[in-house]
Amino acid sequence: MNFDDTPQEAAFRAEARAWIQANAPKQYEEELRKSSLGRTVLKGANILEVAKAWQKKKADAGWACLHWPKEYGGRGASPIERVIWQQEEGPFGKLSGMFIIGHGMCGPTMMAFAGEEQKRKYLPPLASGEKVWCQLFSEPAGGSDVAGLRTRAEKKGDDWIINGQKIWTSGAHYSDYGILLTRTDPTVPKHKGLTMFFLDMKSPGVEVRPIKQASGQSDFNEVYFTDVVIPDSQRLGAVNDGWNVSLTTLMNERMSIGAGVSTGFPELFDFCNSLMLEEGPAIEDRSVRSRLANYAVKASGLRYTSMRAISALSKGERPGPENSIGKLVAGSMVQEVAMYALDLQGAAGVLSGPEDAEVAGKFQAMLLRAPGTRVEGGTDEIMRNIIAERVLGLPGDIRVDKDVPFNQIPTKGR
Amino acid sequence: MNFDFSDEQKQMRDAARKFLAEKCPPKAVREVLDGKAPYDKALWKGLAEMGFLGVAIPEEFGGAGAGHLELCVIAEEMGRANAPVPFSSTVYLAAEALLLAGSGAQKQKWLPKIASGEAIGTLALFEGKGNPSPKAIKLQASGGTLNGVKKPVPDGAIADFAVVAARTGSTGRDSDISLFLVDLKAGGVETKSLTNVDPTRGQAELTFKNAKAEPLGAAGDGWSILTQVLDRAAVLLAFEQVGGSDRALEMGRDYALDRIAFGRPIGSFQAVKHILADMYVSATLARSNCYYGAWALSTNASELPEAAAAARISATQAFQHCSKNNIQVHGGMGFTWEFDCHMYYRRANATALTLGSLSYWEDQLIDRMRKKNAA
Repeated sequence: MNFDDTPQEAAFRAEARAWIQANAPKQYEEELRKSSLGRTVLKGANILEVAKAWQKKKADAGWACLHWPKEYGGRGASPIERVIWQQEEGPFGKLSGMFIIGHGMCGPTMMAFAGEEQKRKYLPPLASGEKVWCQLFSEPAGGSDVAGLRTRAEKKGDDWIINGQKIWTSGAHYSDYGILLTRTDPTVPKHKGLTMFFLDMKSPGVEVRPIKQASGQSDFNEVYFTDVVIPDSQRLGAVNDGWNVSLTTLMNERMSIGAGVSTGFPELFDFCNSLMLEEGPAIEDRSVRSRLANYAVKASGLRYTSMRAISALSKGERPGPENSIGKLVAGSMVQEVAMYALDLQGAAGVLSGPEDAEVAGKFQAMLLRAPGTRVEGGTDEIMRNIIAERVLGLPGDIRVDKDVPFNQIPTKGR
Repeated sequence: MNFDFSDEQKQMRDAARKFLAEKCPPKAVREVLDGKAPYDKALWKGLAEMGFLGVAIPEEFGGAGAGHLELCVIAEEMGRANAPVPFSSTVYLAAEALLLAGSGAQKQKWLPKIASGEAIGTLALFEGKGNPSPKAIKLQASGGTLNGVKKPVPDGAIADFAVVAARTGSTGRDSDISLFLVDLKAGGVETKSLTNVDPTRGQAELTFKNAKAEPLGAAGDGWSILTQVLDRAAVLLAFEQVGGSDRALEMGRDYALDRIAFGRPIGSFQAVKHILADMYVSATLARSNCYYGAWALSTNASELPEAAAAARISATQAFQHCSKNNIQVHGGMGFTWEFDCHMYYRRANATALTLGSLSYWEDQLIDRMRKKNAA
């Protein structure tokens, strides 16, 4: 048991560290380090521009999308090298947020199902951040039940005509392309009538409407399709095989381990160290210490769980469904931490303005963003199902609509 | 990075698991639970023969000299099997105290006997309610003899010797405390078994009446040695707790697959699935904290105090969580004497208190994190 790099890993780490040292946008380092869930603001700069510039610089020097093949804009690096890069990139990695969907999910799906010419055309600008991609899966009627979606694609000559609506689409408002899951046959059971495409988000008939979230920010969108035309050449996988294609996309989500899930604990620990209560420093209060210790062991447990996963990666093993625990635990923890940090502030905890609130309203922003973390990318309940079914081997849920043609399934609500 | 046990260590785990499955089935645990024996003597002898008692004791003192990572592996299996033997008191507490502070002669006298299974040892620290604290130690040492009462002492009624924390000064500082070695068979000590929530690991009251004692470590170093012993034991016991957590989870999972209600296995109901998923989560977080503790213990890293506290808290929570929810998943059957669920529930709640309570370790963890932060 050790934490040492192999000589090869050490050499890679040294190279990465030197390059980051020489090229990262250091003027933003402190702000990025301090930013927590729900708020990454760079004073006097447009974060999209800063992020795109950093990504482009990485791509030009061969540090973008490390595990992708070189011909598609990557580096052909091993999974463990990718983890080392993430460790070295540190707070600058937060700038990659807007690319996560494209790099983590759309790219791998294109790689698995697009034609060679398309891959060479679309993947390098995706890797370099020049083009941003989004993933158009969720719908009002199909959230956790992804296969319940209703956006229709109908064949007309060599084209497909798309009509319907997507929702919760991260980054659609600044995306250039998207991968789109549609229904192509409503007369068969729901998983058997889906087809995947990719499309230009600037196509006529695509309308993006930002959703104002509970936090007041707008990271997600509704996307409406009215007679949008997609050429058949932009189909990914076989007609009506979209469910299998989407599984590839969703499985790739899990590969992005080691990025360090945010638990809010380091922020809370620092806060309790500096906060003065009436009776003295918060950290000397017995009940505060008990709460902190409980969060501390969850945070360290997650950190070392991810180290165990990294060890498995370095031995060439693939991460399994057990890695679902990171999001499950961190998601609810960040919410609890935010609530507790506000509680410690007493009546003033309600104030959220950067001038009036403790630590510039960091925990208030975290509080308002946290509910989303427990839903996006699979709810807590879906994560628990994954652990129960795929790790512990318990039976799948009963699905009464499994063998019923889609157009005969009763539908209501959103 | 290799944040995992080696193949050799995993082989040792397999060997220990196989051995315990054969020699320590639930039926054997019940013999002790039902009061038919104070501990499983045949199992204890077998563990000695397998080399498990002396796995971390150097070869010069009759052990296998393998190391603490190997001991962690064995500890996990002892917890998984709920072994009714004085393993934690002898191996984690008494042997570690000797290894840390014993003179050559003391090590030579006791360690080979521990490794061979001839001697059972323990640590006599507590004097009634409360957590580890120099102030709570009243037992008086003077002129090479001890006077006072210790309770609860783990496995105190069956132990051959004890490491005893005693008061040797009155300055009000930690240096008032010194450690002593007492041969419990030499007279001067009355032992009384105490009823406790987990009869598979006994607790006792020890009354010292001019009992002969020899110093263990330098006078006045007692508290500092004890702190280190407790940290080391915390990691090792945490592995037992993780082994127990995993077993409780397995029992719950197997029952949920087996038991049919409303026409389907109860494990297909989301409410039951989610209980089991949460058990898996707590056991996994604890295991990961334990691995870090194992690394710190085996390398004697400066991170050990913090890592030990984190492993202790996390594993205590996990074992309590898994053992209580294992009963919940079993429903009414889980609450019967006949089913094995309560044996793990008992062990979980007894081990939660053995080295000081959860709130004590929470306090320790935050203290240690603050010190690191300040440094």
